[in-house]
Amino acid sequence: MSLQSKLESGKFVITCEVGPLKGTDIHEVEENAELLKDKVDAANVTDQQSSVMRLGSLVTSHILVQKGLEPIYQTVCRDRNRIALQSDLLSAWVLGIKNVLAITGDLPQLGDHPEAKAVYDLDSVTLLQAIGKLNNGTDINGNELQGKPSFFAGAVVKVESDTEASMELQIAKLERKAAAGAKFIQTQAVYDACNFAKFMKRVEKFKVPILAGVIPLKSAGMAKYMNRGVAGVYVPDDLIQKMADAPKEDREKTGIQICADLIKQLKPLCQGVHIMAIGWEKKVPEIIAAAGL
Amino acid sequence: MILSEQKPFEEILGYLDGEKSVFILGCNGCAQSSGSGGPVQVEEMKKKLEDAGKKVTGTKVIDFLCEKALVKSGLRARVDQVAAADSILVMTCGIGIQAVAASVNRVCHPACNTINLGGSRGEWRGSERCQECGQCLLDYTGGICPLTACTKSLLSGACGGASNGKCELSPDKECGWELIYNRLKEKGQLDKLKIFLDPLDHNKLMARPEMIATSRYALENLDQEVKVE
Repeated sequence: MSLQSKLESGKFVITCEVGPLKGTDIHEVEENAELLKDKVDAANVTDQQSSVMRLGSLVTSHILVQKGLEPIYQTVCRDRNRIALQSDLLSAWVLGIKNVLAITGDLPQLGDHPEAKAVYDLDSVTLLQAIGKLNNGTDINGNELQGKPSFFAGAVVKVESDTEASMELQIAKLERKAAAGAKFIQTQAVYDACNFAKFMKRVEKFKVPILAGVIPLKSAGMAKYMNRGVAGVYVPDDLIQKMADAPKEDREKTGIQICADLIKQLKPLCQGVHIMAIGWEKKVPEIIAAAGL
Repeated sequence: MILSEQKPFEEILGYLDGEKSVFILGCNGCAQSSGSGGPVQVEEMKKKLEDAGKKVTGTKVIDFLCEKALVKSGLRARVDQVAAADSILVMTCGIGIQAVAASVNRVCHPACNTINLGGSRGEWRGSERCQECGQCLLDYTGGICPLTACTKSLLSGACGGASNGKCELSPDKECGWELIYNRLKEKGQLDKLKIFLDPLDHNKLMARPEMIATSRYALENLDQEVKVE
């Protein structure tokens, strides 16, 4: 059952991430696809994540299609103008890619080519509008297409913010993303089910399925790093303490258990879970099993 | 010199939709030379708006709206007229509009687009920045330019990368969209966040050939090249 039909029929979905490597080696991508294809409903293929140049998300999404794992083709607005974005979307459809995730994209300054020119000709909202137009058989200027796609488009949101302005801007933008045609939303990593419940109360009126993002903790240091450096991620002190207290040989088990417990708390609140394993892709089946999904 | 031209009157009327009264502010600097916001154009605008059924509570032309100190001192004697208006229509470049929006606690509507001159120009400006995009968006963003205030020049709102109101680029840089949010809130215009803006027309961000050809300093072409032996 496809991601789209599963969400439309109200079933709880599981998505995860497959990150292309830097270079032409596709072994790991193929291995992960093989391992995950019967465990998750779809896998995001990240697009030059953190502005680090690597193998492209279009080709990697196509590899997943061939391997029988449904991809969610991530596409950022940082590196391509409206001509290239639309063209790549048409190419994606021809390659059998049905799900797209529209993202504005981190600044180049955060990655390994900080001197690069940033594009941002479109942004997440105007890209969603462009996808809607392609689905209707025209480009964004209304020129007719010969053969049209039928993408299932999604977008992202940050659940927690550190200022009122930031929070309200997220909600306002989510409303515009839904109005611009986003049919599912994946969130930044959540660690506090209470805060997530409050967020869900505010956004339920937009009537778009929300997939709660989770990242398994690998160490207390990782949690502290995310609290310092990743906007919108707040790992509570008690979880950091749990990781710090775990003996080295139990650390992995503890991280997976925390993640699984969190998924259990989040499940009744939303329509799906998005597991961002960040290098722990092979442990995703274990997380899913521990969460009882 | 910054070149500006008036927006179509219909667009300006659209901004004033739902408002009964307006105060008109012109600029005796570049906008006067541009023929977009000097005393003559302010008078014309007053008449057109009155014909369209708007009450004009007052007008004022100030030397250099790009200077917030001059804006504030220039408006001091007109506080009552400004207070009686639902909003201010600012007839000048993008810098002047932003400087007025930052100086007065009233909604400020842009009456002009700022035309790209294709490079540096002699000016003595405050902290506001204008990209000369030729499609002024300041009506939607509380009088703070998203092209220059947001590192990514995003038109659809914040990217979500900010921490404590600072841009992901640097802790010294304010998040432009948080500034816009706070300004819209201050001025009771948060509903503007629901409006969809079209992607920019980048043609309008390029200097028109005649803008470069008609430089006031074209004299340089008349002089003979200096030949060094």
